Amino acid sequence: MDILIILEDNNGKIHRMGLESIAAAQKMAGGLGLSMGAVVMGANANSLAEQAAGFDIGEVLKVEHELLASYSSDGYAQAVKQVIEQENPTYVIFGHTYQVRDYAPKVSAKLMKPFLVDNVAVRTDGGKAVFTKQMFNAKLFSNVTPNGDGPYLISFQSAAFSSEKAEVGSAAVRDCTLNLDASMINSESETPFQEEAGGVDLTSADIIVAVGRGIGKEENIPLARELAKAIGGELASSRPVVDAGWLPSAHQVGSSGQSVSPKMYLALGISGAIQHVVGMKGSKNIVAINKDPEAPIFEIADYGIVGDVLEILPKLTEALQS
Amino acid sequence: MKIAVLVKQVPGSESPLPIHSDQKWVDEGAVAYVMNESDSYALEEALQIREAKGEDEVVAVSLGPDRIQKVIREALAKGADRAIHIQVETKGAIDPLVTASHFADALREENFDLIFTGLQSDDVGMGQTGVILGEMLGMSTASLAMATEVTEGKIKVKRELEAGWFQWVSLSLPASVTIQSGLNTPRYPSLKGIMGAKKKELKVVTPNAVEANQSLAKVFVPHSDKQTVMIEGSVDQMVEKLIDTFRNEIKVI
Repeated sequence: MDILIILEDNNGKIHRMGLESIAAAQKMAGGLGLSMGAVVMGANANSLAEQAAGFDIGEVLKVEHELLASYSSDGYAQAVKQVIEQENPTYVIFGHTYQVRDYAPKVSAKLMKPFLVDNVAVRTDGGKAVFTKQMFNAKLFSNVTPNGDGPYLISFQSAAFSSEKAEVGSAAVRDCTLNLDASMINSESETPFQEEAGGVDLTSADIIVAVGRGIGKEENIPLARELAKAIGGELASSRPVVDAGWLPSAHQVGSSGQSVSPKMYLALGISGAIQHVVGMKGSKNIVAINKDPEAPIFEIADYGIVGDVLEILPKLTEALQS
Repeated sequence: MKIAVLVKQVPGSESPLPIHSDQKWVDEGAVAYVMNESDSYALEEALQIREAKGEDEVVAVSLGPDRIQKVIREALAKGADRAIHIQVETKGAIDPLVTASHFADALREENFDLIFTGLQSDDVGMGQTGVILGEMLGMSTASLAMATEVTEGKIKVKRELEAGWFQWVSLSLPASVTIQSGLNTPRYPSLKGIMGAKKKELKVVTPNAVEANQSLAKVFVPHSDKQTVMIEGSVDQMVEKLIDTFRNEIKVI
């Protein structure tokens, strides 16, 4: 096959970004006239294979091995490398999940083939694919092309394609046997755990007042807290605010925090880095205040103010209170 | 124990980013550079491990043209014992296989027990160099570290997973670990550190050219189809219009 899609297990279901990868691969296959196949892996991959077979993806490769029962970067990198060597695809498509970020660079190094990461779009041009990636914290975009012969490893950013666009169909399932050995795995993983949420449930809030680096310092956090109270919303933040210790991590929205879709998301001094945006772009109304007119948050905002949050915040709170 | 920390010089979050007329990169002359954010956490983590153990060496390693010696000096001022500058032009260079192979060549003979890198760079954001370098040097690897614990022959890493989940992973040494922002509080250099940095060893090496496996065809400013209603005026006028928008457009008050 020409395009190999790597599907990730998310508690027994195909990871949402896997479905997005299917949509991406279908677009590329159509534009370039290529064939497709998908891989599912695990100690028992029957259920995932069955789910994958319901899509229009040509073929599903089922890889089963006890060393793939739980995730390890070495095990998964070996497995994906071996599947690539057996199938010799031109493109290998991943969702840009945290797991992929962990092991796919290893596959790239083992094969000495490029990994074009975190793309937001692909266009096919004269039989070649050109990928678009955000750079410089999403302030600029760039077109990136792989050089030399494939396989090329490609990942797409969350929501670059809609999972609903993945076309259903019927794919045959084929068993795929690999040579994996416990000596290939250099790490021991413990059971994943979740840290205390601290009683902050942002997912059910109608209004969220979120602060970013632009709030300036910890002493200014109460200004945002007052505003949240005055408008009847929950206080949230982007990652830099949590990293700086100004708010507990339970307030964090984004890829490593909560995903929210309130009626109104008021982004105060948030630049709009993709790690934050993936957690809030489903909001019904996004209102952004930022002193940098070039801040990427304005790309997705419904309403925008270019200005100093520290000047606007107290007056806004006062106006709401009266 | 020998620890290498890879630090990169990148445009600061508020730096201007004018696109060069060839549309292949930014105009570097206009850029205000800083140490990559997650790299400064990686450096701090290495310095804390050295301070806890007492007998380790921390080596700052950076790749790029001469301007990057500013972040190398910063790393030395903060406490790195010595530094290596891999001197190479990086305009438009995006291929992590090339970057990692330059680092691998410079570091192979040093036999580091640990290599720390930031999770990803704030310029091209490939997020792969640390893992690829580890693989090239035959080290164990882990990414997205939110805590580390070094014990005899091992490093235990608290890895960040998606949506607020974490996992402890134990790796045998040598290991290359990519560090996520927020796991410690990076220090500021002391005056004594800044003065002392000038006397520390800074080795400059020139790498062999390596063919790139991926290339940047064009850099451009994104445009959005979304119509953003911009609210303008004096602060009082903006507040008034905002209240009106909350009440009559979004209907949340």
